[in-house]
Amino acid sequence: MKATLQTLFALGRGDKAADRVVPPTGFTARLTLFAAAAMAFLAVFALALSLAAARLATSWGDELARASTVRISAPDGQMAEQTATALRLLQQTPGVASARALSEAEQQALLEPWFGPDLPVAQLPVPQLIEVLETPEGYDPDGLRLRLQAEVPGAVLDDHARWRKPLIAAASRLRLLGWASALMIAATVGAMVTLAANAALAANAQVIAVLRLVGATDAYIARAFVRRFTLRALSGAAAGTVLGIGAVLLMPPAGETASFLTGLGFRGWHWVVPLLVPPLAAAVAFVATAVAARRVLGGLS
Amino acid sequence: MGKAHFPGAARIAYAARLMHNRPSFSGDGTGVIELDNVAYSYGGGELLSELSLQLAPGSFHFLTGPSGAGKTTLLKLCYGALRPTAGVARLFGQDVRQMDRDDIAMSRRRIGVVHQDCQFLDHLSVAENVALPMAVAGQAMPEQDDNLRELMAWVGLTERAGALPPELSGGERQRAALARAVIMSPEVVLADEPTGNVDWEMSQRLLRLLIELNRMGVTVLIATHDLQLIRAAKSQVQARVLRIANRRLNAAGVDL
Repeated sequence: MKATLQTLFALGRGDKAADRVVPPTGFTARLTLFAAAAMAFLAVFALALSLAAARLATSWGDELARASTVRISAPDGQMAEQTATALRLLQQTPGVASARALSEAEQQALLEPWFGPDLPVAQLPVPQLIEVLETPEGYDPDGLRLRLQAEVPGAVLDDHARWRKPLIAAASRLRLLGWASALMIAATVGAMVTLAANAALAANAQVIAVLRLVGATDAYIARAFVRRFTLRALSGAAAGTVLGIGAVLLMPPAGETASFLTGLGFRGWHWVVPLLVPPLAAAVAFVATAVAARRVLGGLS
Repeated sequence: MGKAHFPGAARIAYAARLMHNRPSFSGDGTGVIELDNVAYSYGGGELLSELSLQLAPGSFHFLTGPSGAGKTTLLKLCYGALRPTAGVARLFGQDVRQMDRDDIAMSRRRIGVVHQDCQFLDHLSVAENVALPMAVAGQAMPEQDDNLRELMAWVGLTERAGALPPELSGGERQRAALARAVIMSPEVVLADEPTGNVDWEMSQRLLRLLIELNRMGVTVLIATHDLQLIRAAKSQVQARVLRIANRRLNAAGVDL
């Protein structure tokens, strides 16, 4: 722990001499940079997906939960009476902000897309619709349903939960998948840096032997490797993040017909989230290299 | 290149630092490096057993014996690269078994080691390699440049300071390794076949450098199978000769 802290401080301070003791390796350096950039690019998309799915679940949950409908199907003669009873009952129900029977014109407008503008609604046995708006606390749908059943036999309460729930569940699952992908990407960065660091430590066995011989501590040797890989992961991930954000910005803007895909992107403070990718990649690389170096060095004489 | 001499200023600086280092040695015994009834075995076979050795401060020792007798192993026990499988090894009075890897690293700064096949950081210049022990100890002193220059002159590598180690000849490598071994003003110099890869003239030169260090108070232990070298040294310095035979260490002297 102490050694790790020292390494962390030294990393910030920088040590030209310590950097130079490990020979530069062009090819693996470029591979590490590329892999870090690719992973950061993917991470930005996974995060965009997660955040968009979360936003979608919230908006579906919030906006649709506020409104529900009571449908009254009754013989012609009882329609007005049952509607009045239902309205009275609804107004007495705690959690209901307002209840309003739709007018004939409104009902016709709702049916228009299906039946055309000339439908004579009044002559058809169309059920009467009552629009119910909830207070933020909401009402108890089961209790309301029971009371409606008792007093208004032809009334059916539709609180939208039936079809809202699977959508919200799907959006939540999508969000979970996005976060899981981000975690997997982080783990992959760790695995990749561990492999690269192990290869570098093995390739530099002679350097390590010489350094040990002239009195270098493990912390000093580890620092040279840890610093190098942390900086590579940081710069690679920074490049990948910039590219990823650029690609997200190029997505078509979400218009009036905001569908799920066009809504893929960052809104408001969510823009901070992709900026965390490079430092997180650097942190993962730091820990991975420190662990690899400690294991390799600890096994030497 | 003429006869090498440790330059005046550097000699004084070296001696001063050596004196400064001394008080930190808190051993209860008399040796800077002590092996007490030590054994070392590789896998099944025992390579060394019931071996005791005391390197008194300022002493000059030769270690000899047939190839494969365990000279290198014994040296490694002396600088903590190997831990004895039985018995006690003490570096500057500290039991090796109670030293962690950092303690060993610290003790390396007081023990200069020269290998037969000396290894360097091949991407750094000779001068940087010689100064490496200071760099890893975090001692980039302002007078380091002068110190380094005088040291390079002492080993006759001034003109090769900017070269890369792979460009050096065998003798130059040995001298660079010696310079690297002494830049921290160590109290002990351990040399493993330092003249193994060089001609007679060069081996005499290396020997003279080691004898000069010894005259400044540095404890020297040279492992070699070159009896001629030992004979040459005996005329210039009071050296004890130790021989490894049949896994034991014996004083040899009569036959030389």
